[in-house]
Amino acid sequence: MGLLSDRLKSFLRGPSSSGETGSPAYGGSAPQLASRPGRGESVETRQSRGLDQFFGSFRDQTGLSILDLGGASQENINFITSLGHKFYSEDFLRIFQETFGEDIADQSNPGRIDYFLRRSLEYPDEHFDGVLAWDALEYMEPALLLATADRLWRIVKPKGYLLALFHSAERQRIVPCYSFRIQDARTLRVSRHGERAGSQQLFNNRSLEKLFQKFESVKFFLARDSLREVIVRK
Amino acid sequence: MSVWNKQRREEEPAGPLNTNIVRPTPSAPPVEAKKEAITLSSMSSMQTGRMEPDTSRGGSATIGKAVKINGQIYSREDLYVDGDVEGTIELMDHKLTIGPNGKVHAGVKAREVVALGVVQGNVEASERIEIRKDAKLVGDIKTARIIIEDGAYFKGSIDIVKTEPKAAPSQPRPQPAAAAPPVPIAAAASATDAKR
Repeated sequence: MGLLSDRLKSFLRGPSSSGETGSPAYGGSAPQLASRPGRGESVETRQSRGLDQFFGSFRDQTGLSILDLGGASQENINFITSLGHKFYSEDFLRIFQETFGEDIADQSNPGRIDYFLRRSLEYPDEHFDGVLAWDALEYMEPALLLATADRLWRIVKPKGYLLALFHSAERQRIVPCYSFRIQDARTLRVSRHGERAGSQQLFNNRSLEKLFQKFESVKFFLARDSLREVIVRK
Repeated sequence: MSVWNKQRREEEPAGPLNTNIVRPTPSAPPVEAKKEAITLSSMSSMQTGRMEPDTSRGGSATIGKAVKINGQIYSREDLYVDGDVEGTIELMDHKLTIGPNGKVHAGVKAREVVALGVVQGNVEASERIEIRKDAKLVGDIKTARIIIEDGAYFKGSIDIVKTEPKAAPSQPRPQPAAAAPPVPIAAAASATDAKR
């Protein structure tokens, strides 16, 4: 009877917060690092013109250094190394969460910003031919975002590219979390799992141009579901 | 106790030993924080001081979770590390497994590496490396093949190195004099031991 009651309680409580969603958010298996589990967890495959442009710009080249800020995933490693490139991995949002947690005010603290960038993007200047930032920049407050964009500019080689994704041009308090797995040069498998606190930063074309103003060019692709794919070239 | 001793004797090779066997003795210094090059073999009994058969890992050398080693490890057999190791680990033609309790702060060279615990250092795995769920690896990897599970943490770079297929042993070498025979690891380890 007790067992039955426990099962009933467990059923009414819904799925547990850990281990139910397949891959944990951004490689973090620890619950405090992962995003909050949210509604509508799903996996979809979608075409990405931004990804197509990103890898199209490296066509016929090998031995390049590509940084993936979404943490290490088998698909992305396989795809990038199969092209003959060197794969670098940073679990950027995990470090972001570890550094700032839910404290938005801390994201304006220069000392904390510096500490965060030393942990996550401590690379020599002009080290990478390409950076896959995915949607990692979408959760940051303006001061941290500017410092991060500046650091990204420094570590990308001249003529190098950066791909970033933004889900909405409007300010949102809660933003869904996604992971991005490369299926081929123009196809992504996107898994939605949970939510994070959104940024007060506005992500429309104008603000993104301003954010990446140190780069030589900024190119936008507006995909379905208001996903904005941004390719910037140093 | 006599049962364990009997089983252990059966596991030992009958011929001359080609690796040093480290055994716990009442007068032996503690294993912790050794700063010497040692060759490991069948250390499974050393971790707890008890003679326990280790059937789960097919007789590979084991560094238990209560053991901390600071120095260089060379092994001519597979190695399972569930304790702390700082320094270097070289297994060359063998497999290194870092258990869920293992903490390796070392440069690693092995044929195959399986990480379930924490590794901090550069890893060269000539055949392949597996980074399992809940493992944490910070360092640069050189390998022919990598398998990474969802949930694993990895920070560093991955260089896929295509290994050239070895020539068949039956085929005669075109210039035998030019190819120097590789130095056996046991000999290298003995030389290191002799320095002590």
